[in-house]
Amino acid sequence: MSGPSSYVPKSDLEKWLDTRLPIVRFMNDTMVDFPTPKNLNYWYTFGGILAVCLASQIITGIILAMHYVPHVDMAFNSVERIMRDVNYGWLIRFMHSNGASMFFLAVYIHIFRGLYYGSYKAPREILWGLGVIIFLLMIITAFMGYVLPWGQMSLWGATVITNIVGAVPFVGDSIKTWLLGGFAVDNATLNRFFSLHYLLPFVIAGVVVLHIWALHVPGNNNPTGVEVQDVKKETLPFHPYYTVKDAFAICVFLLIFAGFVFFGPNTLGHPDNYIPANNQVTPAHIVPEWYLLPFYAILRAITFDVLIIDAKFGGVIAMGGAILILFALPWLDSSKIKSMRYRPVARMWWFAFVLNFLMLAVCGAMPAEPPWTAISLICTIYYFAYFLVVLPVLGVIEKPQTPPASIADSILQSHKKSAGVSAAAVPAE
Amino acid sequence: MSATNHEVAGEAGEPTRRDMIHVATGAVAAGGAAMLAWPLINQMNPAADTRALASIEFDVAKVAEGSQTKVMWRGKPLIIRHRTAEEIAQGKKDDGADLKDPQTDEQRTMQSNEQPGKPEYLIMEANCTHLGCIPVGVAEPGYIGEYGGWFCPCHGSHYDTAGRIRKGPAPKNLYIPPYVYTGGTVVKIG
Repeated sequence: MSGPSSYVPKSDLEKWLDTRLPIVRFMNDTMVDFPTPKNLNYWYTFGGILAVCLASQIITGIILAMHYVPHVDMAFNSVERIMRDVNYGWLIRFMHSNGASMFFLAVYIHIFRGLYYGSYKAPREILWGLGVIIFLLMIITAFMGYVLPWGQMSLWGATVITNIVGAVPFVGDSIKTWLLGGFAVDNATLNRFFSLHYLLPFVIAGVVVLHIWALHVPGNNNPTGVEVQDVKKETLPFHPYYTVKDAFAICVFLLIFAGFVFFGPNTLGHPDNYIPANNQVTPAHIVPEWYLLPFYAILRAITFDVLIIDAKFGGVIAMGGAILILFALPWLDSSKIKSMRYRPVARMWWFAFVLNFLMLAVCGAMPAEPPWTAISLICTIYYFAYFLVVLPVLGVIEKPQTPPASIADSILQSHKKSAGVSAAAVPAE
Repeated sequence: MSATNHEVAGEAGEPTRRDMIHVATGAVAAGGAAMLAWPLINQMNPAADTRALASIEFDVAKVAEGSQTKVMWRGKPLIIRHRTAEEIAQGKKDDGADLKDPQTDEQRTMQSNEQPGKPEYLIMEANCTHLGCIPVGVAEPGYIGEYGGWFCPCHGSHYDTAGRIRKGPAPKNLYIPPYVYTGGTVVKIG
């Protein structure tokens, strides 16, 4: 909601600076006075939570890089040295490894929030697309980071995933060799993964800046999905109203984060990654980290050839497509109503989509054998059908409820409702 | 109702409940930030495996008279020199000279427990006290010092037979690490 700036330089120094580099004005307009809809609920605090996650990952990551050795002979031991010898190394490493999980937990909630309230719809298509790019970069970064400790899961996860690239027809093998810097996952691979794992978070930070920029042009969506009409009546300055709300949510989130770090630091990890990498023995059951399980299930769900596409490449297309399809979502959803609050039918499909996604995660963790292969396939079909059939068709055939005429109206209504309830409960005030 | 309003708003100039909450929240945030910052800073201090190497033992009898050897201690080289009688005599003679960093020859071989060490064994950090280069010893090629001890080729500091700075930019005598003889000729350094 970029409008006229409300910043008034107070001191002579601020005036001097403002005519040269209006950075204080910029900070004020984006983080202090930015008009934010009054009716944002706690699902809208995950953007701030994600910013904290990214900062935490970058800080702990820079520290780990001070002690980590990216060499096949020393990587595993250097991680163990971090755990035993480096001052508070255990804490910093557990913050980083669990931080990745918390990052994905938050980003999934953030994405499903966007799906529910229609935050991807016009005029926020670019905002949404940038978010998908961030998600994609997060996946690549997390995958490369998981390779660095050079345990069994690191090596074999890297082997499986780089073989995915090899499935691309004609050029796949050349690209795979180029990516690995050799003919198998080895020292060259480890070195470049380390380099890129250090680089990509800063790329993510750059895209986050664009994401926030694209957010601040149309302004926040809100649970009603009705755009702000009267800035004065319907918005509040970001600070202190949403800085405090976000800060509270961040504290609760950090409590959960700390719970994992201190009481279950390996709960979300796989014990096999504490076995040093051995390129002659594969663990019985290769699984990615939990946050990539749904996409892993989609990859494995395609076990049959489709025309000229063999099963291997088909799985790759399905997995890639599962993420890439999100880019098209703003144009696939045909409904004029943004928020599913007023789309009772779509809402049911949305809940089913969430359950389906969780089921995919379960499938991804299970061995590739019946009945899980069949369940994976059904869930994969629903995953794509939600975007390609349900949302395009529902927008045409469903009868949505009428959203409030404005945010102000919706606030008035909810006040009346709660006033009615309390008046009934406590008649004598 | 009015009591609550009174408590929240406060009299003019009186601290209110809200002020109290602000201060308490700020204090908790600052305490939390400090507690978080400490591990992030302390991780750069020497790790346990580095600290474990912080003391070494060495048998000085291995150094022949009139020669020196270097041993590594805390990642840095130490010079252990077995001085000749003339060098010790020269060192004692120079006690009265005009010294930049006055120390007697006896103090230069003192153990860290304040007991006199062995005057023939001079144990010093090898790095020049100017900017850390390794000075050349008297018996080594390239030595052009004027005081019969060490000469730093980087910026021309001259050290005498007791490792004391005599000429050049270095401010201090070559540093003596803490050490004690644990029995006979075995010395524990650090």
